[in-house]
Amino acid sequence: MEIPCVFHEAHLMRQLHKFHGGVHSPQHKQESTARPIAAARLPTRLVVPMHQHIGNRAKPLVQVGDTVLKGQMIGQADGYVSCAVHAPTSGVVTAIEMATVPHPSGLPDLCITIAPDGAERWVERTPLDYRAMNPSELRNRLRDLGLAGLGGAVFPSHAKLNPGKQPKVPTLILNGAECEPWITCDDMLMRERAAEIVAGAKIMQHMLGSDEVLIGIEDNKPEALAAMRAACAGTAFEVIAVPTIYPGGGAKQLTKVLLGKEPPAGGRSTDIGVQVFNIATSYSLARAVLHGEPLISRIVTVTGNVERPQNFEVLLGTPVKELVALAGKPRSDTHGYIMGGPMMGFTLPADHAPVVKATNCLIASSPALFPPSPPALPCIRCTQCAQACPVGLQPQDLYWFARGREFGKAQEYDLFDCIECGCCDYVCPSHIPLVQYYRFAKSEIWAREREKNQADVARERHEFRETRLERAEKERAEKLAAKTQGSKTPASGDTDAKQAAIQAAIERAKLKRAGVVPQNVENLPAERLKEIEEIEARRIKLKEAMEKQNETWPD
Amino acid sequence: MLTALLVMIGLALFLGLVLGFSAIKFKVEDNPLVQKIDAILPQTQCGQCGFPGCKPYATAIAKGEADINQCPPGGEEGIRKLAELLGVEAKPLNAEHGVPKPKSVAVIDENLCIGCTLCIQACPVDAILGAAKHMHTIIAQECTGCELCLPPCPVDCIRMEPIQEDIANWKWKSPVYSMKRT
Repeated sequence: MEIPCVFHEAHLMRQLHKFHGGVHSPQHKQESTARPIAAARLPTRLVVPMHQHIGNRAKPLVQVGDTVLKGQMIGQADGYVSCAVHAPTSGVVTAIEMATVPHPSGLPDLCITIAPDGAERWVERTPLDYRAMNPSELRNRLRDLGLAGLGGAVFPSHAKLNPGKQPKVPTLILNGAECEPWITCDDMLMRERAAEIVAGAKIMQHMLGSDEVLIGIEDNKPEALAAMRAACAGTAFEVIAVPTIYPGGGAKQLTKVLLGKEPPAGGRSTDIGVQVFNIATSYSLARAVLHGEPLISRIVTVTGNVERPQNFEVLLGTPVKELVALAGKPRSDTHGYIMGGPMMGFTLPADHAPVVKATNCLIASSPALFPPSPPALPCIRCTQCAQACPVGLQPQDLYWFARGREFGKAQEYDLFDCIECGCCDYVCPSHIPLVQYYRFAKSEIWAREREKNQADVARERHEFRETRLERAEKERAEKLAAKTQGSKTPASGDTDAKQAAIQAAIERAKLKRAGVVPQNVENLPAERLKEIEEIEARRIKLKEAMEKQNETWPD
Repeated sequence: MLTALLVMIGLALFLGLVLGFSAIKFKVEDNPLVQKIDAILPQTQCGQCGFPGCKPYATAIAKGEADINQCPPGGEEGIRKLAELLGVEAKPLNAEHGVPKPKSVAVIDENLCIGCTLCIQACPVDAILGAAKHMHTIIAQECTGCELCLPPCPVDCIRMEPIQEDIANWKWKSPVYSMKRT
C-alpha cells in the first residue's frame, strides 16, 4: 500500500506518503468551530489531581489551610519522568485526599482541592532566557513548570526535549492534524493563537537542534492552515496540509505521511531522528518560557449533546459538570460524558471529575448520538480489521490470542505497537470490542512483568539473607572456638586477680550506694524529717519480714 | 599406518584437553532445571510447600521428590507453567498445602509492638525494619505476604492486609458481553 502521492502547495512541493489502513469516519467538527475560544469562568472549587502525566505522581507541597497563589507549585515532580502541578488560581487549600479523577477505572487518586478566592493573584512569573540557559537547567525548569504533552498522552515534555546521546534531532514535527472526530481544540488554537505556537516551535527547535520543522495539519482545517502559514512567514518552518484520514494525527502515522519513514517495531520516533509534539504543547511551552506561566489551563472542546458546542480555555481542576454547564443547559437525555474523542476516549466515571492536562475534549453523549453497540457476533475472519489497522498488525490474530490468554503469542505479534486507535472496532462487521481485548492483554502483561520484577527482588533478598545468616553462623562458631581455646591458656593467678577486681568493684558500688543522701529532703522541717525516718524504719522492718518469709518458703 | 595412528592419538589427546578445560572453565554451578523451576515459582518464600523456601522446593521438584502442585501462591497458573516446563500433566492444587489467597502485605500495629525482634528473625526477605525494644515496621514494597511473621509475634500485633486496587495496579478487564446466537 505504498502509493506516494504529490500534493501541490502554493510555495513548495513535498512528496507525501500514505500509511496503511485508516478509516473515514463522520467528522462532526463544524459543531464546535462556529464560536471562538471563550475563557471559562472561575469554578466554585478546583480539584487538582497530582497525577496528570505519564510517570511518577507529583508530591504535594502544601497543607490543608494553606493560601496559594495562581501558578504556585503545589505538587513537586518526583523523579525524571514526572512533572510539577500548580495551583490554577489563588485561594485556600481545603482538602488533600483521594478523589474521583478522569480515569477509565473510576478509582480515586490523590487530589488537592482549592477554594478560589476570586482575586486571581499570580505568583511571581519570570520569563526564561532559553538561549542563554544551560539545556539541562532549562529542562528542569520546564519540568517545574508542569509541561506535558497536550495531545492526549501527557508525556512530560522536558524528557522529550532532550536530544539525548545524539547531538541533535534533525526533524521536529508539530502535530496539528487533530484527526479524531468531534475534537476541535487544536484547530481553534491554531486559528486564534498561531503566533505563540510558532514561538514555541522556535524554542523546541533550539532545544533539539533541529534542521527542519514541519507542521502537519489535516486539510479539513483550511482556516488553521492559513493562520499557521501566515504566522510562519519569514521562518523556515513548513506548514503542510495532510490528507484527512483517521488516525492521521497519530505521531507515527503523521511521521510516515510527512517523511515516508516510520520507527522500528517497539522503537521511538527519535530512533529515526524525529520528535513529534502537539501544537497545544508548543503553545504552552511558549507561555511557560516567554511569560513564565506554568501549565494551569488548556483549551477543551465541549460538544456533543449540548446547546452551544464551543471551545473553552479552562483552568485544570475545573469540575466537568461546571464546564459543561457553560455550553448551555444540560439536556435530559445526556447519559454521560466522554473524555477524548469517540474513537479513543472513555466515559468519565462521574461528572464531578476534574479537567486535567489530558482533557482535550468532552462529549456529552446521548443514546441518539452514540447508540449502544449491537450484540457481538462471532469473528468471521473477514480481515477487514487488518485492512484498517494503521500499524499493519493482524488484529484478528491478536483478538484470538488475547481471548485465549496467550499473552506471549500476542506480544510476538507486536501487541505493544497497537496504538488503540479503534479503527478495527470501527470496521468490525461482528461488532467485537477488539480494542478492549488488546487493553486487557496489555495490562495483564504489565501486571505479570511487575510480579516478575517483585519476585526477582524477593529472590535476591532471600538469597542475601541466607548468605548473611550463614556468615553470622560461621563467625559465631569461630568466636566460640577462639574463646574455648583462649580460656585454657591463662594461668590461675590471672583468674584470681580478675575475681579480686570484680569483688573490689562490687564493694565500690555498695559504698557509693550507701553514701547517697537524697537532696530533696535537705530543706524540710524537722517534723517531716521525723516522719520520713519513721516510714523508712517501717520499710526496713517490712523488708526484713519479707526476706524471712522468702527463706521459709523459697518458692 | 603409524602416522595415522599418531594423528588419531594426538587428536584424541587434544580434544580431551579441550573438553577437560571447558568442563572446568564453563562449569555450570547450579542445575539449570532448578533455576528454570525457581524462575516460575513466585518467590514468596512462605514454606507452604513443606520446603524452607522456593529454591529448595525447586530442587526437590527437579529431583522428583516433590510434586508440582504444592505452591498455593503460584496458583493454577504456576502449576500450568511447571507442567509445561516439565512435560507432565497439570493437576489441581494440593489443598493440604493451603489455598490461594489474594496478594497481601503484613502490617504491624505500631502501638502494640513491643520490639521483640522475633518477626524480624522470621522474615525470609528482610522486609521488617526495627531493633530490640524499638518499634518495628514492615517495608511494604519488599513484603511477599508469606505470613511467616504472624506466628512468632507474642502480642499478635501483625495482621495481613490484601493489596487494594489503585490506579497504578488497576487492570483492564476482559470484555464481557453477550454474543448473539446465529
